[in-house]
Amino acid sequence: MTATRDRIEATLRKRYRRERLFRFFGLVSLGISFLFLLILLFTIFRTGLPAFQQTWIKIDVDLDPAVLGVDRHASQDELFGANYAKAIKVSLRKIFPDAKGRKKKRGLKNLVSNSAPWQLRDAVMKHPDLIGTTHAFWFLAKDDVDVFMKGQIDRNLPESDRRLKDFQLAWIDKLLAEGRLEKRFNTTLFTAGDSREPEQAGVAGAIMGSFFTMLVTLLLSFPIGVAAAAYLEEFAPQNNRWVDFIEVNINNLAAVPSIIFGLLGLAVFINFFGVPRSTPLVGGLVLTLMTLPTIIIASRAAIKSVPPSIKQAAIGLGASPVQTLFHHTLPLAMPGILTGTIIGMAQALGETAPLLMIGMVAFVVDIPHGILDPATVMPVQVYLWSDSPERAFVERTSAAIIILLGFLVVMNSAAILLRRRFERKW
Amino acid sequence: MTDVLPTMPGLPTGETVVDDTPPMTETREEFDVEIKGTVGAPFVDDPKMSARHSNVFYGEKQAIFDVSLDIGRNEIIAMIGPSGCGKSTFLRTLNRMNDTIPICRVEGEHCLDGEDIYAPDQDPVLLRARVGMVFQKPNPFPKSIYDNVAYGPRLHGLARTRAELDEIVEKSLVRAGLFNEVKDDLHKPGTGLSGGQQQRLCIARAIAVDPEVILMDEPTSALDPIATATIEELMDELKSRYTIAVVTHSMQQAARVSQRTAYFHMGKLVEVNPTNQVFTTPQHQLTENYITGRFG
Repeated sequence: MTATRDRIEATLRKRYRRERLFRFFGLVSLGISFLFLLILLFTIFRTGLPAFQQTWIKIDVDLDPAVLGVDRHASQDELFGANYAKAIKVSLRKIFPDAKGRKKKRGLKNLVSNSAPWQLRDAVMKHPDLIGTTHAFWFLAKDDVDVFMKGQIDRNLPESDRRLKDFQLAWIDKLLAEGRLEKRFNTTLFTAGDSREPEQAGVAGAIMGSFFTMLVTLLLSFPIGVAAAAYLEEFAPQNNRWVDFIEVNINNLAAVPSIIFGLLGLAVFINFFGVPRSTPLVGGLVLTLMTLPTIIIASRAAIKSVPPSIKQAAIGLGASPVQTLFHHTLPLAMPGILTGTIIGMAQALGETAPLLMIGMVAFVVDIPHGILDPATVMPVQVYLWSDSPERAFVERTSAAIIILLGFLVVMNSAAILLRRRFERKW
Repeated sequence: MTDVLPTMPGLPTGETVVDDTPPMTETREEFDVEIKGTVGAPFVDDPKMSARHSNVFYGEKQAIFDVSLDIGRNEIIAMIGPSGCGKSTFLRTLNRMNDTIPICRVEGEHCLDGEDIYAPDQDPVLLRARVGMVFQKPNPFPKSIYDNVAYGPRLHGLARTRAELDEIVEKSLVRAGLFNEVKDDLHKPGTGLSGGQQQRLCIARAIAVDPEVILMDEPTSALDPIATATIEELMDELKSRYTIAVVTHSMQQAARVSQRTAYFHMGKLVEVNPTNQVFTTPQHQLTENYITGRFG
């Protein structure tokens, strides 16, 4: 007896040491992954947070009817076609009379965003009685000014290496001194569609595009996936060659490269069925095909985990197989099914490759209002902006990533909440 | 959580077997007695349910060999026998629960009130509303007590108004001897009750659809002695209204509760006789070996 005990004690120290080592490795791995996550988040937030602010310039615009070409009593159509750009140019030259020569004049115009004339137009059309007065307007600053205000252009570089020339810097200093340059929260980022001009670019188009695409994907993949899983688990004949064949293929589909689904979408949905290109409808159809295996596999596991005793009780009371499914099996399998669905949706939200072939990886300016309007999705927006040369797009790319990550966090939290709500009660 | 699906030992099924005693070998001398047919009185006049030449197969393996048995009206018949002898399988043929097992094949004539329940035009759903079942491990739905008992009546449309449904639920709980204990907690989950209460809830649930026959598959084997006694009392009260067939491992329970006893052995029906005769003067040698504890 004691001999055995001595032998156990002798090996005990080694066992404990190995356990401590193992736990140490576990903590180290956790630490490393956490560290990488922190570095990633830190870099993204540091680059992206400045994008949530936007520089505005205050200009006193002389709304001279002679320059505009309209007067107070003009119709809305006439007001629409008035020469606002000239009014702004004239007013700018009044502030900086030393702008002589073509280069300087262009430099002056480039302090203010190209959208300034339209901002002015919208204001004047709302209040035509402003014509004939001089009124101070806040306009979006051009992206170079914005980038400089955020400290991303180094003054001390030689002039030829800078986008803002010395004379422009002098004007900016003067505007700053007069309190005419201000940084505000960048609502344009959230309200505007894509644009070649960074200060006018926003993710609204991509968000709506993602929303509609996800809507189509969810409405199609959830019922089809759950129904397929329920059939395969409950009603399909066992050990049947065709059923086995289908099961093997569903499992394999989960491993197919996603771009192939795009090719399928192009060939079948767009060419054969004539679904309009670049729309959330066809994007949703393609993403449905991609998400189906995930949902089916997760739902099957959830349905299989429902205790057979519950089903036996239901059948023993005279419930038909379909009634047993809807009254007992599906409600009890819901947590697992929902988790699988939301994981699938979160995956689909971040997909770009399958949308390439169907035309959603494109420069879409308008904000879609339905599933048949041309649209793009968030990850595509990130990719397009990351490809753009303007300095201001660098921070906007990171800002778009932050917004995308925000959506993913929300979706995953929804998954956890829903799972807790439907928690197993047996 | 193990499932209660009776299987023959060695069968390829996906379900776990609750009872995992090793399969009986045929070399012991107690088994060398031949079974030449059922002895005793397997048939009665005007039976509620009857089986003639019942043969049940799980795939290639035969589980029930040519069993013919009557179940009389308003009686309790106990089916006893060693593990794996087919008594649960036979019980499940009576309400077509074996339909849920794809590899199971049932042959022979099984009748409820003289009508073959396996006829192609017979609806198993309707049959199961007339022949209810209580399982070995209490399996209340993860719903409230009220919803558990109300599920059957709601399913079959037995109540038109909420008041009627309330009445059915109360009546069933009273008959199952559970009402006084839960009458203030009907909205609480059924799974929150104790084992014995859960089994009574399952019995209430089964009788809520007003069946004619209740099949009980080892209803008290998962319960403590006091809960067992309560359920046995309940069975005695229920027999005035229903016909009850009980499969039990416990010979004492069979002796206490039933009027007739059927002894199964390796898928064959060995003896059927009035209970006190089976336990005092059994006709067949195998029956005697079983009840005196030589095996099983």
